[in-house]
This record gives sequence, structure tokens and C-alpha cells, in this order.
Amino acid sequence: MTGVWHIVSNEQIAEKIYRMILRGKTEGIRPGQFVEIAIPGLFLRRPISVSDIHGDELAIIYKVVGQGTDRMAAMSAGEELDLLTGLGNGYDLSLCGNEALLIGGGVGVPPLIYAAKKLREMGKEVRVVMGFNTKDEVFGEEAFRTLGCETTVCTMDGSYGVKGVVTDVIEKPAPYYYACGPLPMLKAILRTIGTNGQISMEERMGCGVGICVGCTIETKEGFKRVCKEGPVFSADALKI
Amino acid sequence: MKIDLGHIELQNPVIPASGTCGFGQEMSEWFDLNILGAISTKGTTREARYGNALPRIAECGGAGMLNAVGLQNPGVDEFIQREMPALRAIYKGPIIANISGFSIDEYAYVCERIDKETDAAILEVNISCPNVHNGGMAFGTNPEAAAAVTRAVRAVTTKPIFMKLSPNVTDIASIARACVEAGADGLCLINTVLGMRIDIKRRKPVLANTYGGYSGPGVFPIALRMVHQVHKACPKTPIIGCGGVSRAEDVIEMMMAGASAVEIGAASLQNPTACREIIEALPTVMKEMKIEHLQDIIGIV
Repeated sequence: MTGVWHIVSNEQIAEKIYRMILRGKTEGIRPGQFVEIAIPGLFLRRPISVSDIHGDELAIIYKVVGQGTDRMAAMSAGEELDLLTGLGNGYDLSLCGNEALLIGGGVGVPPLIYAAKKLREMGKEVRVVMGFNTKDEVFGEEAFRTLGCETTVCTMDGSYGVKGVVTDVIEKPAPYYYACGPLPMLKAILRTIGTNGQISMEERMGCGVGICVGCTIETKEGFKRVCKEGPVFSADALKI
Repeated sequence: MKIDLGHIELQNPVIPASGTCGFGQEMSEWFDLNILGAISTKGTTREARYGNALPRIAECGGAGMLNAVGLQNPGVDEFIQREMPALRAIYKGPIIANISGFSIDEYAYVCERIDKETDAAILEVNISCPNVHNGGMAFGTNPEAAAAVTRAVRAVTTKPIFMKLSPNVTDIASIARACVEAGADGLCLINTVLGMRIDIKRRKPVLANTYGGYSGPGVFPIALRMVHQVHKACPKTPIIGCGGVSRAEDVIEMMMAGASAVEIGAASLQNPTACREIIEALPTVMKEMKIEHLQDIIGIV
């Protein structure tokens, strides 16, 4: 869906990490889906995962990594943004039984917040393991704890939580998982935890709606567009 | 808004360009395709192709984007058996089948199959893809090679053939003339302009393929100039103008330069409803410019 959204707030929550709340038509938006944001003065829209929905408000959490997100960080409440919403497949939250493990790394954490909220509404037990480089980059812990999720934070340098990476602290056999994060983390999950879960992938996109095939990856089930058949894939389908 | 494109009547001149509308299915989630003048399907080759390694998309400021997709497509069998019937189920208008290849034989084979086994109205033969090696653009940057492909496809089809030309040449008029003399019914131009971006932090090209095709508003003046040159060189040959068109005014401008119809490419990647918005805006712009029939402005400049 295309639409004009109003910025309700836009604030820094960690090192280079911002949380923006937008008001618009939120009906039908599912955990694991993403939005494409038109940035004035740039050509390509920026794909960003949905981190929460509350009534007619949509939250995104983004890291400033280039021109697009730099311009977003400078925006203020009251400004308008042109968004495409409801993009991608989203997580299938029905596949996890009564217990789910959410594994997030860095800016892979945001879609898991909305997933946790929905899983808790479905009455499921949710355990969260998040990894960051260092203390200054940590965010989201409070949101998960508020939802009643048992939450563990790891940092690579040990400046906060447990020193190490997410796969160091996940007990095996692990429950069905939902994961999102950097490629080395995803590879480690497949190698050490296994394929009993779903993984959200990230890729540079052109259109975000399946027409340019710019973001196609090769999976065990053939060529799949991250923006259309994904971004969430069954872990056992991925060739990473 | 009706126009005549080489004896095929289009209800309006707006056509989503090959590679920016897939085989229609995804675009139809955003608007009814039946409002389009025609639709140009994703470039099809003999075999299925994955294309180039990722990343294959790069930003170019507000001016456009690079792509190095490299002709990802399901192959001609799948095109005929699945994509064409699926498109026909949702769209009644003219279909322009875009064809690519890595040898003259492959172009002829794919054209012959699509000629015999589909109801495509026009064959758009891509001799200008900048993102594949030993194919595509190699045929479109030399008049003899362009003519050889044209002759080979002319021999296997009675459908109108539009050769899609590359802007990455010194003299586009000579390539255009060679295609027309070899039997092309029409021309489509321009394909993307070969470009590059470097990630200065990583000191590496942004695209895995290093180079890619530049498209978007930044190429519009180049496309316009080339359409104008080709129209002057081949005044009787219908031209589909393509390159950076992003609003109704650009459609008018492209037609004044010599295009009979206009393809919309990168604009649809920025906004999937771009074609619909342009078609909806056209009558107002025509009125403002005192244009009664679009057919009257083709090549008037």
C-alpha cells in the first residue's frame, strides 16, 4: 500500500540508532514485514523492518549507515514521509509451538520486538537472545522485558551483559527460533543451532515490491526475491 | 491519447519498460494493468538465468540508480508455458515480448518460439544489456553485429520487430540505420547507460559486477537527444522512447523528440504506481499544452 505518514517522534536510542514513530494506515501489517521509505532528494526508497504497531502508529528502529538514514535522522515530528507498507511475507508465528526463541543481532533486533508482542498475545513463552558489538549500541532490552520475555544480551567486547556472541549462550536443543541479524551471526546459527526456525534476510533492494529482481538470492528451493518471497525464509531453505 | 505504434493501436503511449514490471503480476497488485498502452515483459533468454552476484542495485543520489541484474529470467519455456498465460489472464492489451541472447542463434531461437507460441504483439530485441558479458550490448554497439541480429530474427518472424538500442555508442544513428536496413520495423531507445559507484569506506565498487546500467531522471536528456537523432536519421521508423521518463510532461517531451510511444522504467521502481499516475496526468498536461491528439506531436521538434 502507498500512503503519506506523519512523523510522531524520531529519537536516538543508542549509538547511531534511532527510533521513529509514524502515524498512518497500519491495518494488516505483520511482524517481519518491512516498509519502503521515500527520502526526499534520493532515488531509491529505503527498506526498513517494522519494529512495532500500536493502533495507528508504526515504529521503526534504524541505524545511520549512509545518506538515506542520515537524512532520516535529521527529520522531526510533524514532517511527512511517503511509505510503501505491508511488504514482504513476514514471520509465520504459528510454527513455533508453545515456546519460541528470538535471536537478534544489532539492527536485526527491531522486527523481533513486534514478533515478540504478537507471540505473547498468542500466549507463547518467548526467550530472547540479542547480540551487539558494544554497550553503546544496545537497545530493545526494556521492550522485551516489558513484554514478559526472558532476555539475554551479549556484547562482543563484554562491556554489557554476557561477553561473546549469541550462539555462545543458546542452550541446545533450542526451541523453534525466529532470527534476524548480520550474515556471520546467521551462519553461526545454522551451524550450531540448526535449521529449526525462520530467518529474516537483508539485501540491497531496488523496488522492494518484487518487480526489479535486484535482491534475488539462491535458495535450496530456487531463486527467491528477498523483498517478495522473503525477507523471512525457512532456515532449512537457505544457502548461506 | 491513442497512438499508432507501427500499425498497432495503443490506447495511450505509456508502457512499463522491460525489467521494471516483471511479467506483470507484481505490478498488478498496485493497479489494473489494462490502463496501460502496452507492457514490455522481462528480457527472456533460451535458458533460465540467475544473473549477476549481489549486490546488484546502487543509489545515484536523486538522479537515478544503477542495476546490474544481468538478465535474471526463467527461460523461454517457462515464459511461454507460464508467464504469458498468467499475464493474459489479467491483461488484455498488447504485450511486447523482450528478448535477449548470447549468440545470433539464441536470439533467432527465442524469437521464433515466442512468434509461434504466444500472442505477443511486438518482439523487442534487446541488443543493449550492459550487464552481461559476450552478449547483449556486444551486439548493439556495432552496426554490422546489430544488423546481423536483426536479419536473423527477421527471418523467423512476421511480427513487428523493435530493436532495443544501447546509448553506450559514439553514433547511435548509424546503429539505428543498420537495424532498419536489415528489416527492423521499429526501434526502442535507450537502454541503460554504463556506470559505476564506489563505496569509499570499503574502497570497493558498490556493485558486485563493478559496472551497471544507470537509469532514472539523470539519463532523460541523453535519451531525448538520442531519440531526436534517431528520428532524424530514420524518420519513417516508429520509436519507443525510453530513459528517465518520470512524469507526463516527460512523455510529451519524448514524443516531440520523435517517439511514438514511451517506456517508463526506473520511475516504477521508485513508485510502483508511476505508470498509472503518468497516464492519469496526461490529459491535463495535453490540455495545458493545447494538444488535441498525441499522434500530432510525434517528432515535431
